[in-house]
Amino acid sequence: MSFEPKIVGFLCNWCSYTGADLAGTSRIHYAPNVRIIRVMCTARIDPTFVLKALTDGADGVLICGCHPGDCHYSEGNYKMMRRYPLLKSILAEFGIEPARVRLEWVSASEGQRFADIVNDMTQRVRELGPSPVRTALVQDMAER
Amino acid sequence: MADKLQIALYWGAACGGCDVSVLDTNEFILDVAAVADIRLWPIAVDGKYKDLEAMEDGELDLAIFNGAVRNSENEHIAKLLRRKSKLMLAYGACAYMGGIPGLANLTTREKIFETAYLKNPSIEWGNGVVPQPESGINGKTIDLPRFYRRVYRLSSVVDVDYFLPGCPPQPDQVKGALLAVVKGELPPKGSVVGAFEHALCEDCPRTKNEKKIKQFYRPWQVACDPDTCLLEQGVLCAGVATRSGCGVRCPKSGIPCRGCYGPAAGVVDQGAKLASAIASIVDSKDPEEIEGILAGLPDFISFAYRYGVPASLLQRSYRQ
Repeated sequence: MSFEPKIVGFLCNWCSYTGADLAGTSRIHYAPNVRIIRVMCTARIDPTFVLKALTDGADGVLICGCHPGDCHYSEGNYKMMRRYPLLKSILAEFGIEPARVRLEWVSASEGQRFADIVNDMTQRVRELGPSPVRTALVQDMAER
Repeated sequence: MADKLQIALYWGAACGGCDVSVLDTNEFILDVAAVADIRLWPIAVDGKYKDLEAMEDGELDLAIFNGAVRNSENEHIAKLLRRKSKLMLAYGACAYMGGIPGLANLTTREKIFETAYLKNPSIEWGNGVVPQPESGINGKTIDLPRFYRRVYRLSSVVDVDYFLPGCPPQPDQVKGALLAVVKGELPPKGSVVGAFEHALCEDCPRTKNEKKIKQFYRPWQVACDPDTCLLEQGVLCAGVATRSGCGVRCPKSGIPCRGCYGPAAGVVDQGAKLASAIASIVDSKDPEEIEGILAGLPDFISFAYRYGVPASLLQRSYRQ
């Protein structure tokens, strides 16, 4: 059986979740691999959430929020914009491939853009293969 | 002898500082000796593994384990102590979270051996001798503990009753923990003892205002104002995500918190929380400028997870 990645998507309520909704109501066909979790704002997304998703078996994590300047809470998405580079640097040190975690800005009117991002990310993660995290942690236990 | 408290102390992968911190209780250690029999303490008292093996299960009242679990010997003794003791205390940052030895989880066993035994400039080149679990000499087999692929915190290997954080724990907290056992006033199992629930900042006497950072500095690059929050002055301080209990010793001495007391209560992953907090105070809305400011934090991961890679969510590197 070919590998199908499991991707966790954290989407902000005001822009990106509505954008994903638009992709649906517009009947756009796109990869079913992203499991969406709606949050009020990307500022709510603690880097812990991303690490937790990876530890619990996600092959990738997609974060989508309002375009800079468009945040419903005026500055929330800038918090995510600042956290992202540090989160990426931590993931790189842990040896997690960069393509597994991705931040994109998607507005409420960008249903097609959301579908394109999901398709592209799914393809990239599919090429990478399953996340090494869970297998490795189980292997560690066996070694002892 | 029978009514005296039976205790054992042991070190796993550790620097010895934790054992010294027990001795830092000064004359109190004599009071301990008056009420307790120290049955095993490799650094200070005679006592062999075979004595430990000969004990009845549950014969010890308290086992104090410092250091991480790096090899099969550490694990063997941890399991032995767990069986022989009614209570198991993970003592210090290494036993609690993996500690400084836990940073080894960001590299591989092969790389460590290469650095230590094959390419180290201070060793004799060319003989290529690397420790083997088993080797033969004069027709006999001798063995060494197996060096594991990664470092584990104590609670990954055995059931732990209490955790006493710190690198090393403060002597007063050590006294408190021992007295609690003597008096039988034990907190619920699984508690972090000798520390508070809240973050270090709450106890830090430095003045805190709004934090907006345009540039980060290494501690040696700036002369910091002694009364203002170090983070506000651009110096990385781990106090925001770290459990208080040390008496704020580092920030009071002008040194940023290094996070040795581990995550504050409710924090799952200390490094992720630090990344979140530190990034939030960057004063810019321009992606490139943000990258530039954050580039002033070389080796951020060693700051964020200095004492806790094995206790973090990801636990180790997955680099192939």
